Amino acid sequence: MVAKRIIPCLDVKDGRTVKGVHFVGLRDMGDAVELGARYAAEGADELVYLDISASVEGRKTFCDLVSRVAEQINIPFTVGGGISTLDDAARLLDAGADKISVNTAAINNPGLIDAIAGKYGSQFVVIAIDARVVDGRWMATTHGGRVPTDRELFSWAKEAQERGAGELLFTSMDHDGTRDGYPCETYAALADALSIPIIASGGAGCIQHIADVLTAGRADAAPAASIFHSGEIPIPILKQELRKQNIPVRL
Amino acid sequence: MIAIVDYGAGNIRSVVNALKRSLGSARDDSRVISTEAARPSGEISQILLTADPAVLRAADKVILPGVGEASTAMKALQECGLADVIPTLKQPVLGICVGAQLMCAGSEEGDTRCMGIFPAEVRRFKQTATEKVPHMGWNSLRILSCPLSNWNNLRPLSCRPSKACGDISNETTPTMIPSPLFTGLKDGDYVYFVHSYYPEVCADTIATATHGVEFSAALARDNFFACQFHPEKSGTTGEQILKNFLSL
Repeated sequence: MVAKRIIPCLDVKDGRTVKGVHFVGLRDMGDAVELGARYAAEGADELVYLDISASVEGRKTFCDLVSRVAEQINIPFTVGGGISTLDDAARLLDAGADKISVNTAAINNPGLIDAIAGKYGSQFVVIAIDARVVDGRWMATTHGGRVPTDRELFSWAKEAQERGAGELLFTSMDHDGTRDGYPCETYAALADALSIPIIASGGAGCIQHIADVLTAGRADAAPAASIFHSGEIPIPILKQELRKQNIPVRL
Repeated sequence: MIAIVDYGAGNIRSVVNALKRSLGSARDDSRVISTEAARPSGEISQILLTADPAVLRAADKVILPGVGEASTAMKALQECGLADVIPTLKQPVLGICVGAQLMCAGSEEGDTRCMGIFPAEVRRFKQTATEKVPHMGWNSLRILSCPLSNWNNLRPLSCRPSKACGDISNETTPTMIPSPLFTGLKDGDYVYFVHSYYPEVCADTIATATHGVEFSAALARDNFFACQFHPEKSGTTGEQILKNFLSL
């Protein structure tokens, strides 16, 4: 049976892992490669590196970082942030990324999914959707949840799957950062509607939240950032607890 | 010298990185190790990307990577003139993912005739409510044991089990041990898979995994080895497998 995946997410700015503090400041969490290597050694199943640099220099630094990650880390990793063309994807593939995630650019240009999946395969493309409930419907947003779009979550996720996305990374902007848990019913409904694996992101505050989204929410993977970065929930402890609850994990 | 078959259908970068990591910490330090991967250009390099049959024949080890669609990959191999060369190689050869599939008899994907090193046919997974396709992520290995005589030619001396005193069963019952590819692994260890097609279980299967159906996660016959999973992305377990292969 395929194990449920635990995926630390690292936001990267100029080669350093950073952590947002209430949208105002960024706290430096250390070297992105070292931190990733530490997580891999602790039992992380994959890593996600998200480029939050806004500058051209930052983008180049990020590509160099991806090469170093590929050289030093022995588990798969996904990279995202600012990928808006087939060339962007190609550069990151060449640098050694196993998967790329696309978000805003795919909403603006859905054909980007077809182009990348057509060239490099569906296993290379993760569609990331940030959504929140508006008038009772889950609507996709961009720019960290601040900009609404007219794309409804379920229809957009299905379209992305049909265009060739190999996984869905869904973040509820209503839950992200709250530490109150995930919207498990929505995740379960997505699992019914889609055939691709679903990665549940945003909302974890304790081990039980992660256990719930992997069981009741039927998600295939749970990424998290702050609970790992702070050392609050070490990955081995999390995985042992999940196994105690009969959730298949790699130990 | 380790030759990686470069036929335009490989996840070569990941394999090179993983080999460098495995070589870097390999116990066998008797060989000169260069961490520089280079395309054939005259210089001697420890890891060589090549589609040259002469270079492949001269290599100590050969790795056949592969991603993408089987018929396209097989066609690329044929166009390089390597589909007839690889089955005749005498040194240890390791196929990975689609590279492993090309070493099988044939594939449903694109109705492809493959190299026929292993008798397995390659089939497509059936999507069910619980088994998604592609089979992507970490799955556990069931490691099979084979008669010791199957491995005698390749097994490193240090790994050969000493004969137990008073053991009289050896005459009739062969000693059963896992493939030398899995030295140091435990049954149930996890490895990383990404694929929609699988080699069936056959006489050459050395490990299986289950995703709706039990399939060949790894195969071996004589000097030929194949992993449907990605040892280069399978953490320390994958590194051990690569080290084992390099020590053959």
